[in-house]
Amino acid sequence: MDYNAMELMICVAARNLEDGATVVVGTGAPCAAAMLSQKIYSPNLCILFEAGGVAPILPTMPISVGDSRTFHKAIMASSMPEVMETCQRGMVDYTFLGGAQIDMYGNINSTMIGDDYQKPKVRFPGSGGANDLASLCWRTMMMTVQDARRFTDKLDFITSPGYLKGGRSRYDAGLPEGTGPYRIITNMAVMGFDDETKWMMVLSINPGYSRQDVQDNCGFELKWAKKIDDTKPPADEELRILREEVDPHHYIIGR
Amino acid sequence: MNVCFILNDKQEVTMALGTRDNDTEGVMLSGKNELFTDPDPDKARAFFRNKSRSMTPKLAQIKDVVRDMIKDGDYIAIGGFGANRIPTAIVHEIVRQHKKHLGFAGHTSTHDFQVFIAGKCIDRCDVAYIIGLEARGLSPNARRAVESGTIKLTEWTNASLSWRLKAAAMGISFIPTRNILGTDTFKHSAAKTITCPFTGKKYAAMPALFPDFAAIHVHEADIYGNCRVYGASVSDFDLAKASKRVVITTERIIPHDEIRREPEKTVIPYWCVDAIIEVPYGSYPGNMPYEYFSDEEHLKTWLKVERDPEELEIFLQEQIYGVNDFYEYLNLNGGIEKMKKLRAIEYLINNK
Repeated sequence: MDYNAMELMICVAARNLEDGATVVVGTGAPCAAAMLSQKIYSPNLCILFEAGGVAPILPTMPISVGDSRTFHKAIMASSMPEVMETCQRGMVDYTFLGGAQIDMYGNINSTMIGDDYQKPKVRFPGSGGANDLASLCWRTMMMTVQDARRFTDKLDFITSPGYLKGGRSRYDAGLPEGTGPYRIITNMAVMGFDDETKWMMVLSINPGYSRQDVQDNCGFELKWAKKIDDTKPPADEELRILREEVDPHHYIIGR
Repeated sequence: MNVCFILNDKQEVTMALGTRDNDTEGVMLSGKNELFTDPDPDKARAFFRNKSRSMTPKLAQIKDVVRDMIKDGDYIAIGGFGANRIPTAIVHEIVRQHKKHLGFAGHTSTHDFQVFIAGKCIDRCDVAYIIGLEARGLSPNARRAVESGTIKLTEWTNASLSWRLKAAAMGISFIPTRNILGTDTFKHSAAKTITCPFTGKKYAAMPALFPDFAAIHVHEADIYGNCRVYGASVSDFDLAKASKRVVITTERIIPHDEIRREPEKTVIPYWCVDAIIEVPYGSYPGNMPYEYFSDEEHLKTWLKVERDPEELEIFLQEQIYGVNDFYEYLNLNGGIEKMKKLRAIEYLINNK
């Protein structure tokens, strides 16, 4: 079956969420990935929303991470501190973030573009819960289209922490041991991070792209894993459930 | 690790400074943006000492409450989550009465922030999430306002503002947390770092946030202000405790006996509340869990008219300045027929 970049990224993300895990998601693609995972791989994946929804059975895609859908048939309609404190206690395995820029250590900018904080060229919403989730969940993932401006060695603003300056700098700053960026899933490749240096490292290349494409569309030098896999394309079953059950109106995956 | 033997105050200070000179781990870092509110818990206590605890009826009118309980320059906070369970009647009245120079707690504020910016009410803001309307897009007018540099901002995060309210609700001046460390979000906050006296761990110290005024929309309340909320509560129970003056709008007034029959359902007690107004459909155009869904068409119109400042002014004149109260606004946008449609969407009834 044919598929587009968004469908591929959602399918890859879904495979990374194992049964019994906990994940905080926002609206859009991350929510779709969690729903897909629940339907195919991980029926006991616990989905949380930062406004307080815990383990809902999502009837439709939420518009807001605090709307009624986020606690539809849930086990708990709790609060923001409840969810954030669950993350801070070390009980949340995964989260997904988005952003305008990402660097080689997985630091993310969703605050502003420009060099003057007081008068930004472009102002975005800011952290919301992103910094909190990136700080406190065990593993942070990102789904994004890849280009050399978005993947840059110089962020205009570090909204949410990746590995900061690499090595142990994240933990030296006081962020919880063992937390940090885990997978960056793009239209071209899937990246992880080098154990020692915490520099972004390509793990697998998506169908139809070359090593050259992946590097050319990245503003910094990528590391490469010893063995580079081919990303498994979306299976027919994954696509069918994604299109028919998860996002039947194709709000996220497009037409 | 710092070890301090305390002989007297002076000596403790000397030793601590000596350690900090040579030990980067011990250096206290400070966010450089402005702290808009005073975290002093004794000043808050002095205020709360004089706040009424008598269980008297507090039924009020929107116009009076906004006129009497908010003055220009106050720092305000809005309950709910941007376009979910928001006290729209209060938000509109603040704009209609042209309140100015307000400080604002922007914790996942979406439509509420959008309305305040349109009304030019805010000149400083604690930012967790502003400008955006989640999956709906970004507010062009809020972007213009913020990008022109006319509003003073201090960066925080959703959890930071939740925990700042929690510290205030606890009656303490700060709370240690493990978020925002090492980022520009911290650098442009007004937080500081602090070292745990037990473990030596580094924390962000979040200063307590005591708003001057908060408005919260709830499902049910009695005439004294005992409240019930269904669905996600966001930070509202702490917000009610942290704020000096609290106004509740409620979908329904319920009998006091009902509160006493099931006391475990009371999530905001009467002594937090200064005034209560029954406003059915009061979260419109926002979502009210188990009651009605958000009016996505209306929220889209906001984003559309905002592209042109003149069109926005005409829209505001029609929707807010030119109407007498919230119910004129509601009727303007489809009245009870619209509410029935939004209820069907909330209940997932497919009545297309």
